[in-house]
Amino acid sequence: MSQPVKLPRWIDIGVIPALNILAALLVSALVILAVGEDPVKALEVMLYGAFGYDEAIGYTLYYTTNFIFTGLAVAIAFHAGLFNIGGEGQAYIGGLGVGLLILALDGWLPWYGLLPLAILAAALFGGAWAAVPGWLQAYRGSHIVITTIMFNFIASALMVHLMVNVLIKPGQMSPESREFAESAWLPQGHEIFAALGIDISRSPLNFSFLIALVAALLVTLFIWRTRWGYAIRTVGRNETAAIYAGIDPKKTVFWTMALSGALAGMVGINEIMGVQHKLLLNFTAGYGFTGIAVSLMGRNHPVGIVLASLLFGALYQGGAELDFEFEQITRDMVVVIQGLIILFSGALAYMFNPMVARLVGRLAAAKG
Amino acid sequence: MEEAYLLVLLTLDATLRVATPLILAAMAGLFAERSGVIDIGLEGKMLAAAFAAAATAAATGSAWAGLLVAILVSVALALLHGFACITHRGNQVVSGVAINVIASGLTVVLGIAWFHQGGRTPTLDAEFRFTEHALPLAEAARSIPVLGTFYAEVISGHNFLVYLALAMVPLTWWVVYRTRFGLRLRAVGENPAAVDTAGISVTGLRYSAMAIAGLLCGIAGAYLSTAHSAAFVRDMTAGKGYMALAAMIFGKWKPVPALFACLLFGFLDALAVRLQGVEIPVIGVFPVQLIQALPYILTVVLLAGFIGKAVAPKASGTPYVKERT
Repeated sequence: MSQPVKLPRWIDIGVIPALNILAALLVSALVILAVGEDPVKALEVMLYGAFGYDEAIGYTLYYTTNFIFTGLAVAIAFHAGLFNIGGEGQAYIGGLGVGLLILALDGWLPWYGLLPLAILAAALFGGAWAAVPGWLQAYRGSHIVITTIMFNFIASALMVHLMVNVLIKPGQMSPESREFAESAWLPQGHEIFAALGIDISRSPLNFSFLIALVAALLVTLFIWRTRWGYAIRTVGRNETAAIYAGIDPKKTVFWTMALSGALAGMVGINEIMGVQHKLLLNFTAGYGFTGIAVSLMGRNHPVGIVLASLLFGALYQGGAELDFEFEQITRDMVVVIQGLIILFSGALAYMFNPMVARLVGRLAAAKG
Repeated sequence: MEEAYLLVLLTLDATLRVATPLILAAMAGLFAERSGVIDIGLEGKMLAAAFAAAATAAATGSAWAGLLVAILVSVALALLHGFACITHRGNQVVSGVAINVIASGLTVVLGIAWFHQGGRTPTLDAEFRFTEHALPLAEAARSIPVLGTFYAEVISGHNFLVYLALAMVPLTWWVVYRTRFGLRLRAVGENPAAVDTAGISVTGLRYSAMAIAGLLCGIAGAYLSTAHSAAFVRDMTAGKGYMALAAMIFGKWKPVPALFACLLFGFLDALAVRLQGVEIPVIGVFPVQLIQALPYILTVVLLAGFIGKAVAPKASGTPYVKERT
């Protein structure tokens, strides 16, 4: 049992992840039972809250957008064997980049003129915030997990300082910047659909959702169809082999982290340019950490990540509904479910392997 | 002058209060990492323990029962971490993150379900908490200038857990460097294969280290909710677990330097509170956030090898695979 047991591919990417999630949901159900509520009813409420009406779907997809970005960020680092736990800080600083850019230019350019620049700003700011830990890991040997955690706290302190002392709109108490000119806002989902002649309710869903899907596609092509993606995967699998193949692992680590941070920074496009329309504190709201769960569940593959993002989007939106329907459980239940998914799909990912392998072996033997 | 000295003493007094959970959690992290297991989950264990202590103390009216349950809960989480990354060789960082997320959710879910106060636990009366003790002769010493006031203000007048935390540092040092268990613990963090060859169980050692880490985090959590404050509030650890981790690294995985790192970080925190909104000539309002970020910045600078070299235990982070041939 020195190696994780070899299983047929369809079991490895289908049955095992499903078992892991099932285990997480089962324990969640036990928690709900323990506080005296009905898990089946909770599931119904959450499903209705996430998909039951068009406004809910809009909210679900709005959350999904953030998770696709942070999930991709974690995944691309994973492929290089790096654990980027700093998505939260990188998203925060990426949003700062977007905000500063729009505050400077919103009277001059309309949203479609600003968007490419804003994407660049988000990528640069978020990327830089991850590239420093990347550089420290590659060239100074500092542990990336620790430095990215530290950078989360430094980002948070920096943002508080900037919002409270520098960027605050004069004459108000709450640490928020002035609102952007309306011409700089990304088109909302209902506006896009209205242009197509379809009437849907207002929700925070906006143009960034499409950007997220494109990002997922680009990351897929990048990782499996380019030489840089090959370099990243090689370094992740075997650094020594990478050196023999003429790949510089240090450079690869640095650029992978920059790219990872750039992806996390895109949360700023959705949150700042698409939804909040101003700079403010704590707009990342844990999306960076959830990216870890999303990436683990999606097995670090963009297709899996989009699906996992949808599940987490539904959990976040459906979880909000729990507050209204139940006495004993609130949306905090979603955090528990998220933690259990990280535990079972991540840390205990191989727990069911030996059991399933035995079962498969027995079935094969029975078939003769 | 007298007044300025008193202000310094009060800040140092606050330093000790803030540093106590850091010290306990840093020692916990030290045991875990010295055995070769990275423990990001200090934060979650402390948080769960804080909730368990406050909830139990509220229900039973005994701070000691609270402490006991806090330790049990924290040890259980530590063993779960062990189960995931020692037995099943899961990713240690992922497992730690899972524990933190589960703790931050579950404490609020259970808190709301049991106490209906939005995730708070009921405020504990003084007799259900760990309260301050004046050390012998504290009042008499007050009349002695400088040293006497230092004794009365800073050393004396803390609750039992503060002194326990301070006592844990030499105890940790003794266990790690002067006992057979400590020798094996250090060996298993550096070269588990050698320990295995000597016929000592790697798994057993690492599980014991995890249990000790759980015990210490349990005390730290109980301190937060039943000694430092009088109730549990949601996310009350507020990053202290990560700061303890930073302090342990800043102390280069050694007990005494880690203690000083905890005191330094605690001092910065107490200083930030004191400087909040203070106008300073030339600079203007002091950027308190800079002081708050300083522990993390210092840790990054240290890890980068710009001030001395911090070297982690060699096997830290890698699960041990026993060869079978």
